[in-house]
Amino acid sequence: MLHILKARLHQKYRTFPFPQQQPVLSQRYTGRPIIKTEGCVPDCSACAAVCPAGAISRSNEGRPIIDLGRCILCRACESACTAGLINFSSEFSMSVSKREDLIVKNDQFRVSDGLTDELKSLFGHSLKLRQVSAGGCNACEADCNVLSTPTFDLARFGIQFVASPRHADGLLVTGPVTQNMKLALLKTYDALPSPKIVIATGACAISGGLFRGNPEVNNGLSDILPVDLYIPGCPPNPWTILDGMLRLLGRI
Amino acid sequence: MKKHLKMQNSACVNLADVPVVDNQQFKDHLVELSSRNCRLSALFVLPGTHQNLIYAVVSNDESAALKLLATPYQNEFASLTPDLPQAHWFEREMHEIHGVNITGHPWLKPIRFQPKTGDNTEILPGVTNYFEVTGEEIHEVAVGPVHAGIIEPGHFRFQCHGEKVMHLEIELGYQHRGIEKAMLRNHPHQNLRLVEVIAGDTTIAHATAYAMLIESLYGIDKPDKNAELIRAVALELERMANHTGDLGALAGDVGFLPTSAYCGRIRGDILNTTAVICGNRFGRGLIRPGGIGCIVDRSIADIVLERLVAIEADLKSAVKLLWDTPSVVARFEETGTVSHEDAIAIGLVGPAARACGLRTDIRYSHPWGAYAVHQPELVDGRKRGDVYGRAIVRWLELLDSLRLIRIMLAEFTDVSTASPVLTKAAPDSISVVLTEGWRGEVCHVAITDSAGNLASYKIVDPSFHNWFGLALALRNQEISDFPLCNKSFNLSYCGHDL
Repeated sequence: MLHILKARLHQKYRTFPFPQQQPVLSQRYTGRPIIKTEGCVPDCSACAAVCPAGAISRSNEGRPIIDLGRCILCRACESACTAGLINFSSEFSMSVSKREDLIVKNDQFRVSDGLTDELKSLFGHSLKLRQVSAGGCNACEADCNVLSTPTFDLARFGIQFVASPRHADGLLVTGPVTQNMKLALLKTYDALPSPKIVIATGACAISGGLFRGNPEVNNGLSDILPVDLYIPGCPPNPWTILDGMLRLLGRI
Repeated sequence: MKKHLKMQNSACVNLADVPVVDNQQFKDHLVELSSRNCRLSALFVLPGTHQNLIYAVVSNDESAALKLLATPYQNEFASLTPDLPQAHWFEREMHEIHGVNITGHPWLKPIRFQPKTGDNTEILPGVTNYFEVTGEEIHEVAVGPVHAGIIEPGHFRFQCHGEKVMHLEIELGYQHRGIEKAMLRNHPHQNLRLVEVIAGDTTIAHATAYAMLIESLYGIDKPDKNAELIRAVALELERMANHTGDLGALAGDVGFLPTSAYCGRIRGDILNTTAVICGNRFGRGLIRPGGIGCIVDRSIADIVLERLVAIEADLKSAVKLLWDTPSVVARFEETGTVSHEDAIAIGLVGPAARACGLRTDIRYSHPWGAYAVHQPELVDGRKRGDVYGRAIVRWLELLDSLRLIRIMLAEFTDVSTASPVLTKAAPDSISVVLTEGWRGEVCHVAITDSAGNLASYKIVDPSFHNWFGLALALRNQEISDFPLCNKSFNLSYCGHDL
């Protein structure tokens, strides 16, 4: 007994006071991209050519557009752009309510303004989520799991991952939705009582990510389930996920 | 006539130099090798225009040489499994992907339920005949693919007598994303990213294997000493993070919450240490053919070393509680035992194998990069083979990883990013790379065609070898021990399903 208490004293209180304070991420952390609108070199598509996820296209004005729903935040475009138009900031808050809000064209970005007032009043102080991995590589899953550790202590916000879809208010999906998991995913969704919400976590769940176009997968949730929150990244940082969930509930 | 071709880990050889022997010689030779400390690292089909060939990659835990051999097949192929049980999963894979009719295989079923090309009928994974035990008071329990926690999908079918599990059959495939096929369609810069997500928790081990393959096939200079050191440090951090998470999860599964809570957090501290090096907690973008993908200087190395001081103190405080708490030790001991003989027969790898007393560790037997100089301590699980064995092996490896990182970073000065690959791959060649991920042996094999393009890419995640080990561990256990046994293996679903 004493050795357990001694360890408890050693391990200290570690819960970070988010959202009152902002966490300090690693200096090399890659956050939301910002695109400068002046100075793009005509006929240069170096950024798109190096993008492993096919996330970059060009606007009518010839400037780069990054689809954050496909971007894996690898920074290859940042290094490839000789004009220095693309910069990845250290901003980890980048979850959105609408798919089109993930299309980054400049320095503007519209983070999620949350659920409707009715759903906020229903789920705002108690949100139970059922997680389904549908081809996730275990990185998004790991960064969801970590939210239940003392550092994040998800339960203090009334948010909890539950075992049964019958007990859940929403589904948090990771992975590109493999053909082999589609049925199980739909059955799990059907088992949730209404009203229910869906959170797409990670580039795979949003767009298929690096597996987009493979015949074995479904390019994410887009044609499969209605999505209430998109959390981009490959995988999203745990703070990005927590920030997104709290914004969804109107608590940030 | 030569029965096999000997090659070193990550060497590139001419495909025509691999001896092609007849089916009987192939079988006899593999069986003979397996009796001499050799294991089947990969067994796969290379479809050809003239003849289809089955290739075997055999590794020896006591010598650095790999052995390659091949045999032709028409439509039928006599199963190796009755004489070489570790071939069973590979043969099921060959049957599923290439339609090889493996005669005499005891349980020839698909392992991934892959959608067939040109066939639009819907595949329903897990809908299949299961091994059934019948009789009075026998009942069946089906679990998954959606499980209770935040965990990947798989289906488990238990045949029980009362609480006792007589047999567990594991059906996977729900995570199949078509990675091996995509590798052949993609550009190299896309493949580098794709191998990082074969199993997201094993990013460094898979990416290192891929980078070594590309270096070998494209004839690129080996990375410099500092780059090799950072690659190895990242691999050891990956091992530490996952072993820490597993020890915490094992504590959670026996209801011992202190270690469970502490290790969950410490795992995050270790992942954040990887992020100090490359910005990503899982090491994405860190490994690149020819070296590494970020600039690392002495100041970064010093931050890593400084963080490890706190991590070590927290880890020792958290994990020591496990061994000092009798109720934990009692639950771990003699639960989910795999015998030494079974472990050898089915070709277990990694900590699960070492827990059974197998002296297998690729860092030790086939050292690459920094491991050629800095050898790990080979952890000996003393043939325990139970949950306790798998837990204690992880703990000893964690401590050794700490030691390795410190001596490696003591030598480190600084390193810049590797330049892009501009050369072309050698034509008609084969290269094999083994690395030791935290779950065990990672094997990547690439074969090029006459134009130097990838003709075949084979990935064997350690989970491929070890899932059957979990099934064996459950025999004669209480069904309520399943979560604990499962966690003690903690295998990858996506690494298996590819």
